[in-house]
Amino acid sequence: MAEAHPVGFQWVMEAKKRGATVIHVDPRFTRTSAVADLHVPFRAGADIAFLGGLIHYVLDNELDFREYVTTFTNAAEIVGEDFVDGDVSGLFSGYDPETGRYDPISWQMEGGVYEAPAAGQRDHWEPELREHHAAHAADTGGGAGEAAHAPAAPERDDTLQHPRCVYQVLKRHYARYTPEAVASVCGMSTAQFLEVARAITRNSGRERTTAWVYSVGWTHHTVGAQYIRAAAVLQTLLGNMGRPGGGILALRGHASIQGSTDIPTLYDLLPGYIPMPNAHLHEDLQSFLDADAAKTGFWGHMDAYLVSLLKAWWGDAATPENDFAFDYLPRLTGNHGTYGIVRDQIDKKTFGYFLVGENPAVGHANGKMQRLGLANLEWLVVRDMQMIESASFWKDGPEIETGELRTEDIGTEVFFLPCANHTEKSGTFTNTQRLLQWRREAVHPPGDARSELHFYFHLGRRIREKLAGSTDERDRPLLDLTWDYPTFGVHDEPDPESVLAEINGFDADGNHLSSYTQMKADGSTSGGCWIYTGVYKDGINQADRRKPGSEQDWVAAEWGWAWPANRRTLYNRASADADGKPWSERKAYVWWDSEQGSWTGHDIPDFEATKPPSYRPPEGAQCEDALAGTDAFIMQADGKAWLYAPTGLADGPMPTHYEPVESPVANLLHDQQDNPAREDIDRAWNRLNPAMSETYPYVFLTYRLTEHHTAGGMSRFLGYLSELQPEFFCEVSPALARERGLEHLGWATLISARTAIEARVVVTERMKPLRIGDHVVHQIGLPYHWGSNGLSHGDPANDLLGVVMDPNVHIQESKVATCDIQPGRRPRGPALLEFVESHRRKAGVEPGGTR
Amino acid sequence: MGARTWLGEWPMFRQATGPDPLGRGAAVQSPRTQALGPRTADADEVVKSVCPYCAVGCGQNVYVRDGRVTQIEGDPDSPVSRGRLCPKGSASTSLVTSPTRVTTVRYRRPYGTEWEDLDLDTAVDMIADRVIDARRKGWQDTDDDGRVLRRTLGFSSLGGATLDNEENYLIKKLFMALGAIQVENQARI
Repeated sequence: MAEAHPVGFQWVMEAKKRGATVIHVDPRFTRTSAVADLHVPFRAGADIAFLGGLIHYVLDNELDFREYVTTFTNAAEIVGEDFVDGDVSGLFSGYDPETGRYDPISWQMEGGVYEAPAAGQRDHWEPELREHHAAHAADTGGGAGEAAHAPAAPERDDTLQHPRCVYQVLKRHYARYTPEAVASVCGMSTAQFLEVARAITRNSGRERTTAWVYSVGWTHHTVGAQYIRAAAVLQTLLGNMGRPGGGILALRGHASIQGSTDIPTLYDLLPGYIPMPNAHLHEDLQSFLDADAAKTGFWGHMDAYLVSLLKAWWGDAATPENDFAFDYLPRLTGNHGTYGIVRDQIDKKTFGYFLVGENPAVGHANGKMQRLGLANLEWLVVRDMQMIESASFWKDGPEIETGELRTEDIGTEVFFLPCANHTEKSGTFTNTQRLLQWRREAVHPPGDARSELHFYFHLGRRIREKLAGSTDERDRPLLDLTWDYPTFGVHDEPDPESVLAEINGFDADGNHLSSYTQMKADGSTSGGCWIYTGVYKDGINQADRRKPGSEQDWVAAEWGWAWPANRRTLYNRASADADGKPWSERKAYVWWDSEQGSWTGHDIPDFEATKPPSYRPPEGAQCEDALAGTDAFIMQADGKAWLYAPTGLADGPMPTHYEPVESPVANLLHDQQDNPAREDIDRAWNRLNPAMSETYPYVFLTYRLTEHHTAGGMSRFLGYLSELQPEFFCEVSPALARERGLEHLGWATLISARTAIEARVVVTERMKPLRIGDHVVHQIGLPYHWGSNGLSHGDPANDLLGVVMDPNVHIQESKVATCDIQPGRRPRGPALLEFVESHRRKAGVEPGGTR
Repeated sequence: MGARTWLGEWPMFRQATGPDPLGRGAAVQSPRTQALGPRTADADEVVKSVCPYCAVGCGQNVYVRDGRVTQIEGDPDSPVSRGRLCPKGSASTSLVTSPTRVTTVRYRRPYGTEWEDLDLDTAVDMIADRVIDARRKGWQDTDDDGRVLRRTLGFSSLGGATLDNEENYLIKKLFMALGAIQVENQARI
């Protein structure tokens, strides 16, 4: 955190100054480790073993925050009889080895009806789950698709003794994750593990809270979603969610990567985490809502959120008669994530590509795959400030040097359009804590540079003009689109506040909405992203509020605007006990004021303001009315934090340790070596290193430097930053340097089944060899910022990586893979291909290639 | 000029006899350096902004003179950052004034070996034509089982995490209306 988010790290140091213990668990010793109370060196890819060990420690010693657990979690709920935890095998019931996928029906709760989860895979297992749902609903007298149907509550045992209650199921699942076992998997000593376990359990409870902070070190894995789940289970058991100083904090790496997830330029989501509809027979709005939205909790209003979105996009053309133009939305049929798109580019199944402030030729795993994709396009539009490698690949890419591609043979038509920078346009970024902050335009963009708002508005306008008058049914969504933003200035720049106001939404009279609770499913309201409703409350740009922090309390609620409803800590109802009293004075955050009959506190309560703690839902209640006054997790169908997830995940209801696909060691905890549900791309340009390979014996991990940014487009082209970190390097331990004859500041060549790259060698004690069972594992650190363009050059570390993905979120395993390392520079030209091929032959890997 | 005045302008003398024995302030000033001021002092305006690098969201003050950015500093008012910036944030003046920044359209024709010039308006018009063409070529009304798809796989988009919410919103909205499902950004990686 001190390296990649240094200014945010000032708050960690503030906490430390006030007595907090800072623990850094990381394969590398970094600037964070240097100021931490404890640094625990660790093997990349072993996090679920580590977190599972902590869960085991908590459960085995009954150190969970029992009152919090029984009040706010599903610990007491009974898991259905059909569920089987394979334990030593590492497989759960429902696994089909033919397809490599799970059917989650056997994971359901006893007596409960399938409910769509609040996130993750919703109607993913169609049509089986829908039939199951229908059958069960018929059994219990309801009907599938009937909005009035309220699900039965799962059976419970509040003593937590029932052998199939979640608490006991969890305890059995992690029984084998003993301190000794997980310390061995992670490459740490049992004493080190226990020091962490004691520190976090001592520091959790009524009086104290512990926070976990992570970045892509947790998401770039074939089990990335389960890493986060494991942290969620641990933090929930310890009572650290929804409370000040608690939580699981994702440190994200781009100025508005949170915003581009909330208002998603992502294939599987609509704004506000409404899932994109999948293709089904006879799918209409109601059947989509039945399958994808829970009936209880705040997702019970998905109809209002979705209809308001459709009204924002299609205005008067969205009517009750045509299902509010729900059919205008295109449909998904599986994974259309970025790696699948690039595979289709190489296969010439997709023809055009917009790259907007992203440089995949350097920044994505398997750079060759990315560049082959670019080279097989018909046309490419790159919008950036500098001449990045993804725009110039046809001229100077690594494949031109090796002769795999020839400039004269590449048919891609390339448009490089310069873009405006952050001082040349107004608009909001959403930072990593969900805070929207408005930037004001300082100067006009130079030359042909334009904002993306300008480019996409006018591109859409032109396309609509060219298709005006079309009678083709497929052009209706485009021609009916609301696309008439006011413009200003010599370049007809669209007014960004008018877009923000549309995102916020309007009522039937054209007034700005102030809360998403005002949204209706009858078409009388509009709003482009329901979780952002309130950002333009009263016609005022709330994201532009700038009351100095020095004039506010520590929550600083009047700086910018946080979604939802300007709440700064989510699920903060859990900061008070069942009766609504703070768990302790020290940790008071929001609480029930019985005299006023409302929730109050330092933050905006994440709960209905006047719902008392004593509220119990009446029979058949819907939406939030079905949640009790103690159900703090209001987006969940049952209002509970899930220690066991009966739905929503593609690879199991509880996190399980699997080795990375490219691991130097066997799985010491389960028979199953790696994630059985992971996603692969089997192509000549994406060969994988075999696990436990002698040819590729070392682990490498990629990371960022303080002085550079992602794929380098905003840093390698700047003088100061290029002087501060002028060259690509690899970090190796003195032991590995001796083993391979590497010299400090000399050159090394790193080899995988994809390619070979060269880097300067930094021999440093910061990298520690780790003992895993009877095996010594060496780890190599690689910053991934370099490419061939800019002021400082180097081979892209990402070229070394293959692509193998998590099945939930389709993110690649780029924080751990294997390689060989040799002293000296890599071969040049075609000799590089033969060099890499000879290693593949030695390892028994199929030949590589460009197809 | 008298000897006393002449001597008084000799920095070594002032350093040895005055209140600045280490020579870090008044002792080493010349008329020229005395006349110098920080370039933030004569800005026409100071515009509130946010750092464009990572997602911490540090506040920035952008100093503008004659329509150009002259300096970017941390904003002390921000409760997020309290005026601090990291090396990247501190370098953002050189990001926005970079001499290697490309400010005109560059065009590479199919099988071409060099960049060419192209008028911006022409470029956007050509892109609009290519979108319409690729959309038709990649169009799918239904799949083999008769399920309605109503979409195109003809083209795709990558990027968004460096852009504004309002920009992401227009991209997603336009792509959905075009039936183009293949929209992705840095959050996937």
